[in-house]
Amino acid sequence: MPTRDDLKKVMVIGSGPIVIGQAAEFDYAGTQACKALHEEGIEVVLINSNPATIMTDTNMADRVYVEPLTLEFAARIMEQERPQGLIGTLGGQTGLNLATQLARTGVLDQFEVDLLGTSLEAIERAEDRERFRQTMREIGEPIPESAIVNNIEEALAFSRTIGFPIIVRPAYTLGGTGGGIAWSEAELRDICSRGLTVSMIHQVLVERCVIGWKEIEYEVMRDAADTCITVCSMENMDPMGVHTGDSIVVAPAQTLGDQEYQMLRTASLKIIRALGIEGGCNIQFGLDTDSYEYYVIEVNPRVSRSSALASKATGYPIARVAAKIAVGLRLDEIPNAVTQKTLACFEPTIDYIVAKIPRWPFDKFALGDRTIGTQMKATGEVMAIDRSFEAALLKGVRSLEIGAYGLRSKTVSQWGEMEVEQCLKEATDERLFAIAEAFRRGMMVEEVAELSRVDPWFLRKIKNIVDLEQEIRQAGAEGITDELVARAKKTGFSDHEMADLLGIAEREMRERRQALNLIPPYKMVDTCAAEFEAVTPYYYSTYETECEVEVAEKPRVIVIGAGPIRIGQGIEFDYCTVHAVWALREEGYQSIIINSNPETVSTDFDTSDKLYFEPITEEDVLHIIAREQPEGVVVQFGGQTAINLAGVFHENGVRLLGTDFEGIDIAEDRDRFERLLRELDIAKPAGRGVASVEEAVRTAGEIGYPVLVRPSYVLGGRAMEIVYSEDELVSYMRLAADVSPRHPILVDKYVVGTELEVDVICDGEEALIPGVMEHIERAGVHSGDSMAVCPPVSLSREVQDKVVDYSTRLARALQVRGLMNIQFVLGADGVLYVLEVNPRASRTVPYLSKITGISMVNVATKCMLGRKLKELGHTPGLFPPRSYYAVKAPVFSFAKLTEVDINLGPEMKSTGEIMGIDTDYSKAVYKAMVAAGIEVPNGGSLIATVADKDKEEAGELIRELAELGFRVHATRGTHEHLEKIGVPSTPVKKISEGSPNIIDLVRSGEIHLVLNTLSPDRNPEREGARIRRASVEYSIPCLTSLDTARALLLALTSRRESGEFTSLPIQEYEKMVGPAAT
Amino acid sequence: MKAILVLADGTVFEGESIGKPGRALGEVVFDTAMVGYQQAVTDPSFKGQLLTFTYPLIGNYGTNGEDYESPQFQAAGVIVKGMCEEPSNFRSTESLGEFLERHGVVGIASVDTRALTRKLRTAGVMMGTISTDETPEEAVRRIEESPGYAEVDLVEKVSTPTPYEWEPGQKAGKAQARMGFEDRLTIVVLDYGIRASILRSLYEVGCRPIVMPCKTTAAQVLEEKPDGVVLSPGPGDPSRLTYAMETVRGLLGRVPVFGICLGNHMLTHALGGKTFKLKFGHRGGNHPVRDLTTGRVRITSQNHGYAADPATLEGSGASVSQINLNDETVEGLEAPGLRAFSIQYHAEASPGPLDSKGIFGQFVRRIREPERWSEIVPEVY
Repeated sequence: MPTRDDLKKVMVIGSGPIVIGQAAEFDYAGTQACKALHEEGIEVVLINSNPATIMTDTNMADRVYVEPLTLEFAARIMEQERPQGLIGTLGGQTGLNLATQLARTGVLDQFEVDLLGTSLEAIERAEDRERFRQTMREIGEPIPESAIVNNIEEALAFSRTIGFPIIVRPAYTLGGTGGGIAWSEAELRDICSRGLTVSMIHQVLVERCVIGWKEIEYEVMRDAADTCITVCSMENMDPMGVHTGDSIVVAPAQTLGDQEYQMLRTASLKIIRALGIEGGCNIQFGLDTDSYEYYVIEVNPRVSRSSALASKATGYPIARVAAKIAVGLRLDEIPNAVTQKTLACFEPTIDYIVAKIPRWPFDKFALGDRTIGTQMKATGEVMAIDRSFEAALLKGVRSLEIGAYGLRSKTVSQWGEMEVEQCLKEATDERLFAIAEAFRRGMMVEEVAELSRVDPWFLRKIKNIVDLEQEIRQAGAEGITDELVARAKKTGFSDHEMADLLGIAEREMRERRQALNLIPPYKMVDTCAAEFEAVTPYYYSTYETECEVEVAEKPRVIVIGAGPIRIGQGIEFDYCTVHAVWALREEGYQSIIINSNPETVSTDFDTSDKLYFEPITEEDVLHIIAREQPEGVVVQFGGQTAINLAGVFHENGVRLLGTDFEGIDIAEDRDRFERLLRELDIAKPAGRGVASVEEAVRTAGEIGYPVLVRPSYVLGGRAMEIVYSEDELVSYMRLAADVSPRHPILVDKYVVGTELEVDVICDGEEALIPGVMEHIERAGVHSGDSMAVCPPVSLSREVQDKVVDYSTRLARALQVRGLMNIQFVLGADGVLYVLEVNPRASRTVPYLSKITGISMVNVATKCMLGRKLKELGHTPGLFPPRSYYAVKAPVFSFAKLTEVDINLGPEMKSTGEIMGIDTDYSKAVYKAMVAAGIEVPNGGSLIATVADKDKEEAGELIRELAELGFRVHATRGTHEHLEKIGVPSTPVKKISEGSPNIIDLVRSGEIHLVLNTLSPDRNPEREGARIRRASVEYSIPCLTSLDTARALLLALTSRRESGEFTSLPIQEYEKMVGPAAT
Repeated sequence: MKAILVLADGTVFEGESIGKPGRALGEVVFDTAMVGYQQAVTDPSFKGQLLTFTYPLIGNYGTNGEDYESPQFQAAGVIVKGMCEEPSNFRSTESLGEFLERHGVVGIASVDTRALTRKLRTAGVMMGTISTDETPEEAVRRIEESPGYAEVDLVEKVSTPTPYEWEPGQKAGKAQARMGFEDRLTIVVLDYGIRASILRSLYEVGCRPIVMPCKTTAAQVLEEKPDGVVLSPGPGDPSRLTYAMETVRGLLGRVPVFGICLGNHMLTHALGGKTFKLKFGHRGGNHPVRDLTTGRVRITSQNHGYAADPATLEGSGASVSQINLNDETVEGLEAPGLRAFSIQYHAEASPGPLDSKGIFGQFVRRIREPERWSEIVPEVY
């Protein structure tokens, strides 16, 4: 069956912003799908609000709409574009929910659009709990006893029939939002009430909890001719009870014999057939450890995080094949792109083991609840490939970039026995280290298995690592034998870890090892365990004999990727990495990527000319460089991960392409940078680097509070705070001591004003500034967490000229070749200060590229290779602004992270971003707000509780909201102020004032907006945090910055006044020249 | 203890001895299945072969008293990368290492099995030896002096010496008694290297399998008044088994015949066709096979080094009914006029996907409703 010939134009829905549970894997899936559809000659219309994606590039889809993923916008675009088909199974749960809505509300029928691939019927059979259970019962597949409940009483009634523990899962949510395991009636009440709130259909599933059973997953595909295959099996090291997104996962399953393996595989095929899925799905099973008994836990009728992992683990491109199936192709008509000899209709077999380890954000959220359970908390993940579990696990751990190069953790080593055991029992992000620690303290495998329920197979391997670790330590630097070094390397020990255990420098360890000729060869990932010749150069290292890498004749360049997605280093850097390799290709180089993140486009098998799926550490990267002997290495695009290696490359004589180490060092070294600014006569907030508490106090005293404090060499404002007093400063210094011991703490004057930001492309002589971004929130909110608009709306021509002048001079002075990012603050005093310079691509590069039409990374990469801006057709200076506004807004994942405070500050907290674009500024703001998931309330009630310092400003804002028809509830102080200025409000009790209080009001469901600003005083602050958390849990927009509130007001007004919105594809915006209307 | 694996062309792989020290000689082949090592090493079709597992972690779930495909360890030796000494599975009674020792098998671990596989993929399978007490030169000489894989009748070595009626073990028997087949079909299974899972599969769909030695004549088979005959899989070069071809020729047209793996080759030869040796065979659990009648593709379990040459079957009354999607080799034959059909792969699985289990039901239904022979296709399992 060839492609359906009635399909000329197909709409694809992306997944929107990166949030916990929905990360870069959907850019990977969407990009593959867009390419696959193009191959079939189909025009692609794409809607995705996330500009930091490859899929929203204008060469990926013919019509790219960076618009909110809501029914309203999607329907309008559908009406405009009139596609014949829609694919809704590639954009994660967001895409699936939107596709379902479009189908249910009759939009698809109205515009005669076919839902391609998996039908609505099939989606509903998989997604609706009752229908799913019904289907499973019909085909005789076991499901845990459960009940769908619509209220808490029904949940309690169920608990009386089966007892505890009970698992609670809300229907239609991402990453298990609002779910949990209840061990008692009180817990059941609590979790259910949260779950009912977040569920799109106010329904939760309560079911028998099979905590501790093996959690096994299969990735399954089916075509319209009913041919079914399984791509991969996966086993969660963390058994049932921990969300698979938060589990260490291995592929293939390790502890199943053929009987269990085939039993579950057969069940998978039966299930995909019964559901009628056409495309791919993920099926999760709970399998008893002592029998063949199993339960079907869940089916995702779409591509997922697991399918991305399975694709990278096997080389089988699930999303690509799913897209082909959606347009009518059969599995046996689709070629296997990896072998190019066989077909997509086969089951990959692998000859290595893959370990995936989640990357959690608790380095940022030190106070967050670190336990992991049914609600996913990881922001990203790493994958590692090797020929033993030990080696894959160790590679994975060092890929996480959490300072661990083995299974030792300083924190965990200081725990008492109780704490270790507690962590084994109730998993946190540190459990892997706790397991290792338990063995170090002499616990038996059986004991650890009993407490953790982790299969002894995994535990014995971890124990092997710990035993070897002890052996190395005991041998010591003098006594260690060549045999032991060889054994440790083959087991997967890094030089860093061994050096640490032996008390020698990593360099010395490396030299000793190299003298033994212990250098890892590389093997290929080929979908078929070497049975067939493969053409796709996708490699991993392993200490064996034969190396399969063939070094190319033509000049080669290595691009260092960005590793796992974390707060502060997101999908933007993958976007940059991908564009860099494309540019290298255009210039005739062989492009080579090193990365460890399985969710990304950069690690897709056909993105670069060669892919090394390896940890991004000194040792691993130098091995590849030694093998490939590249012309140079690019470190500007992989975020801080890559740029941090600049020093290593410099020391080892590896040529950096682009800005030299010297320029990077000046930008990142506080003193050198200050000297440069003085030379250039550019202002900077007063401040300096300090190495002790005393020095910090003295410095702050000199420059005056409030001060901004942070460690040097940071990304994402890690551990950055605005400090108002000496007390706070002292406690900060004590806490921060561990953050970055090799580098001092920076203490700067906190300048109040408007923050500005530019990304600069420089060829070493001339600089191009594609746009100036103005932050909507005043200085003090991390740039990654603030809304920003380009072109600026409030800046004078003079200021902009000054920004361009400073940027150009800085770029020249640092001899920048490639990209650079500069943050400015325009003080209330009218002085333009430079806050910081990042000598690399920043998170705003994709956003600016999209709105200017300048492929910034492409131009920057060519500049690195020696080309000049002018010869590339670019005029230096500020790129003339276009006649539209693009507003970038952050997106947070607070609903997933309990006990994390949501207030905005200098510490970055957002996980993703979106963009609103329109010729009208207020409409662009509106789109951005909607796309960011802020339900712009069209009236209703609001709660205001603001700090004294903000009352005056807030009062006027609330007045305007009241005039728009909002009923205002306010806590005493705020109420009194409002009364004074004549704004009507209803007083509401603070928590400390008894009940019913403000929290009860939030819970009542009658509130549509919360305004709360941070108080510098401790007690009201503690209360503020509780209010903010409550609003997150009840999905009420809560604004902590008056600037954001003002933007919301603008959006509200625009919605009221302007009526109709228009949606245009990026391709149309690119054609608009000339300045925006003001 | 160190061990070496030496190939006939002189290539040497170093590793560690597993199982029993000593020497093992055979054709070196690779199997890409990720699970099912116990079923594989007890499969008579691996007789005379040194079996390489491409999956690098072997032994994870141990061995047990149930997963035997024949009562013996059949492979000539095993070659692995990583060997798990501490298995974890509720059925495990013995580690693979202990299992090898108990059966006196010579094996080698810590081999770069991927390099070995790539070697066999390019050069083709060849004789080799595992050795713990020789130099590579001595080992090569020994290989040269020993008969090649195709020069020995391996079927004779694995076939039952006497006929027997197969009944399921007690545990399985109870379950199957409940299946309540009152009129079981009598099926003669010609044993060229029968696997327990084929007998079980036949039993499950209502057959009473009578297993007969490989050299049984057609007349002896017909004396049992069978409702059908199954030609079993087995090791070695099919073209040397003239006695078996003779028997099959004598059966064709008299009784429904169903050939599996080597059974497919025997049917081919009996119909006047030929078989040829594949460069590195098909061994694994992921081979896609298209049924040309239904258009459906199924993932199959395979273990064969030879294939039927379709050109030699023209005019024989048989047609190719199934092909391998990877290399388009013959995976099934249909000779409806003779009430005979065959498959190249292992519908009984064990190890491998169960997708083709419906073929046993198809066989039974074809026997029961011969007038609908060609209409009956396997059910989706």
